[in-house]
Amino acid sequence: MEILSLLLNGFAIAFEPLNLTLIVVGCTVGLFIGAMPGLGSVNGVAILLPMTFLVPPTGAIIFLGAIYYGAMYGGAISSIMLGIPGASTAVATTFDGRPMALKGEADKALVAAATASFVGGSVGVVLFTLFAPPLAEIALTFGAPEIFALMLMAFATFIGLGGDDIPKTLFSIFIGLVFGAVGLDIVSGEPRLIFFDIPGFFHGINFLVLAIGIYGIAEMLWTIEISQGEVMISQATITVRRILRNLAELARTWKTMLMGSFLGYFVGILPAAGATPGSLMAYGFAKTTSREPETYGKGNVHGVVAPESANNAASTGAMLPMLTLGIPGSPTTAILLGGMVIWGLEPGPLVFTDHPDFVWGFIASLYVANLFALLINVGFIPAFIWVLRLPFSILAPIIFILCIVGGFVPTLDMHDVWLMLIFGVVGYLMRKLDYPMAPAVLAIVLGPLAEPALRQSLLISGGSFSIFFNRPFAGVIMVLALALLFMPLYPMIKNRLFKKSSENPD
Amino acid sequence: MRMAELVMGIVMGVFSLYLMWKSAELPIGWIAGEGPGGGAWSFWLAAGMLACCVAIIVRWAMRITPESRSEEVFMTRRTLKVFLLIAGALIAMVGLFHIVGAYGAIPIFLIFYLRFMGGHSWRLTGGFAFVTPIATFLFFEIALQKTLPKGFTEPLFLPIFDFFY
Repeated sequence: MEILSLLLNGFAIAFEPLNLTLIVVGCTVGLFIGAMPGLGSVNGVAILLPMTFLVPPTGAIIFLGAIYYGAMYGGAISSIMLGIPGASTAVATTFDGRPMALKGEADKALVAAATASFVGGSVGVVLFTLFAPPLAEIALTFGAPEIFALMLMAFATFIGLGGDDIPKTLFSIFIGLVFGAVGLDIVSGEPRLIFFDIPGFFHGINFLVLAIGIYGIAEMLWTIEISQGEVMISQATITVRRILRNLAELARTWKTMLMGSFLGYFVGILPAAGATPGSLMAYGFAKTTSREPETYGKGNVHGVVAPESANNAASTGAMLPMLTLGIPGSPTTAILLGGMVIWGLEPGPLVFTDHPDFVWGFIASLYVANLFALLINVGFIPAFIWVLRLPFSILAPIIFILCIVGGFVPTLDMHDVWLMLIFGVVGYLMRKLDYPMAPAVLAIVLGPLAEPALRQSLLISGGSFSIFFNRPFAGVIMVLALALLFMPLYPMIKNRLFKKSSENPD
Repeated sequence: MRMAELVMGIVMGVFSLYLMWKSAELPIGWIAGEGPGGGAWSFWLAAGMLACCVAIIVRWAMRITPESRSEEVFMTRRTLKVFLLIAGALIAMVGLFHIVGAYGAIPIFLIFYLRFMGGHSWRLTGGFAFVTPIATFLFFEIALQKTLPKGFTEPLFLPIFDFFY
């Protein structure tokens, strides 16, 4: 009851005219920033942080929280429409969102993304309201072995992502992990894999460079090959009846939405994890547990719903350790944390008792922002669909320019743009030979999290891998990961045994 | 397609060996008090890549994968022409970023693509070539303060920045 009365008080604060305006503006700005390739919530929050000094701290955090939410919704837009991930959190949305758009189902994909984002955000914020302190404590018990086990579980789901050709899928995972290791060694600080001593490799390979190369440049080359340079116009249309029909069809994806939401939320609260691994893992789980895994990557709506619900739930989850413990769960929350310090607030358990208006006003604003982000996003869908109706010969050069600028913006280094072009061309050639590219993108994201976790764990255990099985959480996750890893082999073994027994009935 | 599958397997296998050699520039064994050496992670991953390439080549030889059985041409003459044209245009645009900057390279690329590849009218081509750089500038440089390369055109932008700031 106490929580309810605090939450109601929070709603009164969130609905104050100034705060409500900040929510609407924040969601709209975030939506467009999130939709731009190469820019994500972290850019939006960082750029607009100075503006928050003009309003009280509660209004400031509400504004930044709304930008964060808006960007989470917006990331899906360019993933679906252009095949370029708007933000790292929307990479997994590209896998099925883009094929849906190519089939003329862009409206369905956009509505699915918006709805799933809303469900994920809602589940996240409810969990946040009810279980903030105990969940934060559980997250803190996760050490290096647990994090590595979790990463291994994510990699295990990748095997399912790659289709039937397991060697090519494993190759894709390994190459993504190696690219994630380029730069400086995290322990010794020594340069590692600096190809031809090119200085641009010292800052590592930004995963967006690989993602835009593969899903932007390579995808466009692929589409142009299919169209043979002919004028191609997307069949996408939108009517109120279609939106209602799409919403009705989405009701069938509720299990995937809930799975994505809970998984995303939990990964989100882990320090240093954030929404990107959450969305990727949700996609992997959705595919692995699906009855029609072969339809993933070809325009299955569950492949849009899983990552979108997860990334929004994770973005809420990432705020939990920030507020309750003062530990940011993602780069964006790190900036929010910095903002809180600048505004004169000390994040940690005491912030709930010392500044209840601030905390509960913020939590209530997340409910409101979630709703407004949904409405604004759905309201803009006709405009997005209109863009898709442009002839492909007009869209293609615009997408290429967005890819180039999107590859440059994260690091402001032309080296990354050249690298992106190379990834695009090689990715196109590999795609023609049926090498799955999604696992490489997922691996480059999770590699920098997995390596330190493995090295720290081995250092603690003196080199023994038993550390991953001695600890309860790590052990359970490890067993699950191994089960997932060998799951794709099960049908193969079963078929062989069946074949043998049918050949030798005696 | 069959030959391309083999060539890709061999090229990637050689690349894996290069990565293993490159990783071994740092210690790849156990270091007392420090744990695994800095090169161990990438070395063993590259070794995994090599093992996968061997598996891909073995499967090619046994004609297990559809690509290893396919007699289709990897790239038709027409596909190759379109691919080279677009890849060339992209490389030229990125190269021009260094010389004339983003705001010179973008209109040149648009004119080439829309007019000469897309066959659109000069009016439409000119409209896009004029509006796109302006929109890019206003969004990235003014709203988000992300500076794009300008090459030798840099001094031309100083009065514009003076106007906005």
